[in-house]
Amino acid sequence: MSGHSTYEPKSAVGKWFESRLPIMGLIHSSFVVFPNPRNLNYFWTFGGILAFMLVAQIITGVVLAMHYTAHADMAFNSVELIMRDVNYGWMLRYLHANGASMFFIAVYVHIFRGLYYGSYKAPREILWILGVIIFLLMMATAFMGYVLPWGQMSFWGATVITNLFSAIPGVGEVIVSYLWGGYSVSNPTLNRFFSLHYLLPFMIAGVVVLHIWALHVPGSNNPTGIEKKTDKDVLPFHPYFTVKDAFALSCFLMVYVWFAFYIPNFLGHADNYVEANAAVTPSHIVPEWYFLPFYAILRAIPDKLFGVLAMFGSIAIMVVVPWLDSSKIRSGNYRPVFQIFFWLFAINAVILGWLGSKPPEGWYVIASRISTVYYFAYYILVLPLLGLFETPKSLPASIADSVLGKGGSGSAMASGAASSPSTKG
Amino acid sequence: MKSIKTLIAVVALAGLASGAALAQSHEREIPPRQTWSFSGPFGTYDETQLQRGFKVFHEVCSNCHSMSKVAFRTLAEKGGPGFSPEQVTALAATYKVKDGPNDAGDMFDRPARPADFWPSPFPNKQAAAAANGGAAPPDFSVIAKARTYERGFPWFVFDIFTQYQEQGVDYIAALLPGYEEAPAGEVVPAGKYYNKYFPGNIIAMPPPLQDGAVTYLKDANGKPQAPETVQQYAKDVSAFLMWAAEPHMEQRKEIAFRALVFLLVFAGLLYFTKRKIWANVEGHA
Repeated sequence: MSGHSTYEPKSAVGKWFESRLPIMGLIHSSFVVFPNPRNLNYFWTFGGILAFMLVAQIITGVVLAMHYTAHADMAFNSVELIMRDVNYGWMLRYLHANGASMFFIAVYVHIFRGLYYGSYKAPREILWILGVIIFLLMMATAFMGYVLPWGQMSFWGATVITNLFSAIPGVGEVIVSYLWGGYSVSNPTLNRFFSLHYLLPFMIAGVVVLHIWALHVPGSNNPTGIEKKTDKDVLPFHPYFTVKDAFALSCFLMVYVWFAFYIPNFLGHADNYVEANAAVTPSHIVPEWYFLPFYAILRAIPDKLFGVLAMFGSIAIMVVVPWLDSSKIRSGNYRPVFQIFFWLFAINAVILGWLGSKPPEGWYVIASRISTVYYFAYYILVLPLLGLFETPKSLPASIADSVLGKGGSGSAMASGAASSPSTKG
Repeated sequence: MKSIKTLIAVVALAGLASGAALAQSHEREIPPRQTWSFSGPFGTYDETQLQRGFKVFHEVCSNCHSMSKVAFRTLAEKGGPGFSPEQVTALAATYKVKDGPNDAGDMFDRPARPADFWPSPFPNKQAAAAANGGAAPPDFSVIAKARTYERGFPWFVFDIFTQYQEQGVDYIAALLPGYEEAPAGEVVPAGKYYNKYFPGNIIAMPPPLQDGAVTYLKDANGKPQAPETVQQYAKDVSAFLMWAAEPHMEQRKEIAFRALVFLLVFAGLLYFTKRKIWANVEGHA
């Protein structure tokens, strides 16, 4: 796929440049003629949407940073000045704040798509792990970004989350004091969070390059989960997938505009319009919605250290998913029992999110524990065992067969034999 | 089957996206929903209501509450109460602000100008607290966005589509006339009051409004523009506070509509372009 380029510069200058830095050929082979499975559905458009959101966040963020003051006494006021007196400052801020949420909506769709269609399976393990790293970097970036307006929820959210590290035996207290730059969340904390909030997106961009590089070695997975075999299975990236991605992105942007311009504070907290005050604790400290499932896991465990371990473990366990899943079949489309467990897992994740927004009392705690158990059981029990017992549906012989309606009927072997003459190898 | 799965995915996503449910005290009464000129996708501020609300703020609230992030000049800006620049200049001149140091190195008082921010009634938070029974009155700049009440499931999901986001102003409009006798068994400490909408019900602020306390402008028939009642004052000042918190709301909603129409047309064109491009691919529509 990548590595060889059919790109021929037409102009003399183009030839001169290409022989010295073959970047146009790289772009051409990666994003123009790159062969994509022809059967990709709209869940595969979220990769492009995520790339757009990263760029959108960096652009709005860089301009916001021109007007923002990272000081405990001035941060809250500087955000209000952006909202009131900077030309279109309100638009930049609402786009950036809601952009973070849109980024996470897209990344969750992207992750669940990978989990359903088995996109983490060989030979895409490194691609998947790079994705988990991007997800972690996104969480760190979003968390530190939410601290910057220096409202009540910024301050107390930062206090709660940084305090988690104190649970680590031995070095916990030292780590926390380095995070704070002092003995509590205060001005040095805000300064270093701002610095890191500006740095991490560029690290994300770097890992995204690796993610796309790792993607372009085997190419995209697809809804059948079977690899592309012949030219009949694929279509060039441009124009087929550029136009499809552009259409999906436009639809996604409508949702983005709806939130950022019509209900810009829906996904935020009213308390964050109250300036940070170390002497007044809000009645409920709740993180942003995209952290709620993990927050619920944290609070489901009565012990602080094990709660923290469970919370970080709930993300870390995704790294080993490629080796936990024992199924030979990649796509959930051909795994009828898996589908049940998968959708339970998805619904369970939503329930965890809702429980994360509730106070940790009464039956909420019990429900959180049940949900947490299922969350981990899906990875540790369901994925390893199901592949051993489940009888999958028969696979089509090829991607082209699945699209043209030849697959599905008869056994995989039979239809494979029938289509073998047309297979180049 | 496929459509059911899609439906589950959509519901799951909506649930995830709207998990930002705000948790607050449970015992307090839910503020009744008001009709606001600024709600919904085409909402705009009612200039005369904002002017009335400003009068209530100016004559009553501003004696104790600051509004330090709002500049005088914004009262004359588009999408606001619509005062004339002359009115704003005259209003600002009635306030004194500290300036300096001058060439002699002295701080001095001068009349406020439209470019100045609203002067606070107390020199600092401690003074504000000392003068108000130990509780500093909160700043009013963004208070309409800083207050809310929990909507709960499933209402917060519907709010995405109905764009109901006036919880803060509904709360303020309910709180101001929401004082009543404490129910039997409820002990109200000296110098505090009972308010059925306030979280925890015990509030330090005395009932701020009385019927007839603020005189509204008269219409052609010599009658006040709006009833001079506590309910009406509360509603008008809440609307004014919404404007103070979101002075660019009208422009924001106008841009939203234009952006959505553009995206709808653009997405439509892309959809048909996509169909045309894919038309020659066997097995795809």
